[in-house]
Amino acid sequence: MKPFLKTTLMASLIGLSAPAFAGLAYVSNEKDNTLSVIDTETHEVVETIEVGKRPRGILLSKDYTRLYICASDDDTVQVLDLATRKIVDTLPSGEDPEQFALHPNNKHLYIANEDDAIVTVVDVTNKDVLAQIDVGIEPEGMAVSPNGKWAVNTSETTSMLHWINTETFKIEKNIVVGQRPRHVEFTNDSRIAWASAEIGGTVHIIDVDSLEQIHEMSFKVPGVNQDRVQPVGIELTSDGKYAFVALGPSNHVAVVDARTYEVLDYLLVGARVWQLDLDKDEKYLYTTNGVSGDVSVIDVEDLKVIKSIKVGRYPWGVVIDPSS
Amino acid sequence: MNATQYWHCFIGIQTREWLRFWQQRTRFASALVRPLLWLVVFAAGFRAVLGISIIPPYETYITYETYIAPGLCGMIILFNSMQGALSMVYDRELGSMRVLLMSPLPRPFLLVTKLLAMGVVSIGQVYVFLLLALLVDVEPPAWGYLAVLPALILTSLMLGALGLLIATWIKQLENFAGVMNFVIFPMFFMSSALYPLWRMNEASPWLYWVCQFNPFTHAVEAIRFSLYLEWNPMAFGITAGVTVVLALLATTGFRPQRTRILGTA
Repeated sequence: MKPFLKTTLMASLIGLSAPAFAGLAYVSNEKDNTLSVIDTETHEVVETIEVGKRPRGILLSKDYTRLYICASDDDTVQVLDLATRKIVDTLPSGEDPEQFALHPNNKHLYIANEDDAIVTVVDVTNKDVLAQIDVGIEPEGMAVSPNGKWAVNTSETTSMLHWINTETFKIEKNIVVGQRPRHVEFTNDSRIAWASAEIGGTVHIIDVDSLEQIHEMSFKVPGVNQDRVQPVGIELTSDGKYAFVALGPSNHVAVVDARTYEVLDYLLVGARVWQLDLDKDEKYLYTTNGVSGDVSVIDVEDLKVIKSIKVGRYPWGVVIDPSS
Repeated sequence: MNATQYWHCFIGIQTREWLRFWQQRTRFASALVRPLLWLVVFAAGFRAVLGISIIPPYETYITYETYIAPGLCGMIILFNSMQGALSMVYDRELGSMRVLLMSPLPRPFLLVTKLLAMGVVSIGQVYVFLLLALLVDVEPPAWGYLAVLPALILTSLMLGALGLLIATWIKQLENFAGVMNFVIFPMFFMSSALYPLWRMNEASPWLYWVCQFNPFTHAVEAIRFSLYLEWNPMAFGITAGVTVVLALLATTGFRPQRTRILGTA
């Protein structure tokens, strides 16, 4: 066979064996007990997977082979195998798990247990509960810094960020923030953390080296009553340019200049926007809109909402698999 | 009659309309004030009202400004067409319309040419309006500005024919105020220009059906869909059908000497 033909044939075979979808987003539907799978190229739902009761927080394993799902009303964390898209395992999680975070070692899963005021640390390889750490009342948000040094939990009623040393599983510092802190997001270099306070309507920027707040920002969405402006999910672009903040029942996502902390724009999305995730190339940002039951797609370059995709009832979390 | 003569006549009528427009440049600007007030002032208060439902041709949630922009394009054409009708009554009273209709060319040709000439000015205003609407973030896709042109021409023909038909009924210039109350306002408010029809249906089903039977609704939807690069055959079909019927009625019914006959009667 001529080399040219051979190469062409090989290329087409490789093309055929490549996955059918360019990228997949997984969305947890809190009231439908399902996950919606969205093709990020066509922005269409391609599959719906049955999972445990009241799925909320979801995250990918560091090798992108498994998806962890907080099945809140089943009091467990389910493990979905991404190749077969079947639930293959469950992990002990403590009661009513809502949010969790995976350590970069791909083993330690930090789970916030809202009713018990604790954070449970589970080793996902052998299902051992490594620690149960007492935190403030109604722990909610959970994040682990990319360098693996810190785990941060937010407690809704105590309005604090609890900084947990991941080696000792001990709290080293509590930082008081606005009312009902919901979510923490670290920059890639683990030097800055962004924390949202839902009722306070604020986002707090924390310097990780000194564990001090360096800035506090609030939002004013034109034409929307101030008490509906409730920051929840946060997503940062890796180039340090933008921070996107989901503003809950105001139905808008704030676009923030991540260097000057200035709000650049408010983008209209569906009702009660909750969590956010960027795709691999950071071309699109997906938002879950709980009340309207859809996912809005934001074009990051143009900063425009290009589409809203109907999913199940009360979509809560969204992750986009960068390997797909 | 050969094509050159038709062309001469066509150009003549177009030029006259442009001259009239040029002499009334301030009218061009002031006609934009009305839709801009709607867009900037009225819509501001309702900005977040529509963010609860996605309706075609939009693929996501839109602001109220974005929703009403196509309706306001329709409004510009509607007001201009009625103003055009007024000018025809005026022309008729002063006799210049009779001069035009004395031309040996067929009357339907003359009248349709006149309608097209009026439409060109309206469409110019619509484009200026759409450019200004960019300032309040009404941003249709770039090709939408071109794709909307057939819908705008069709709308201006339909409303122009309606204006012409009304002009045949109006006996005197003074009666024009009635047109305002009985044609422009009901046509505009009982359409999808300001509210989506599902909303109307929730409020009152009979009003919904009135809106459905209002040809202006379909003209607005034809503008809306083509501005967002979607094809809406029903809206186009109904607008085109109504245009043909109105144009037939208007061109066959137009009597330039009506005023005189009625005046002497």
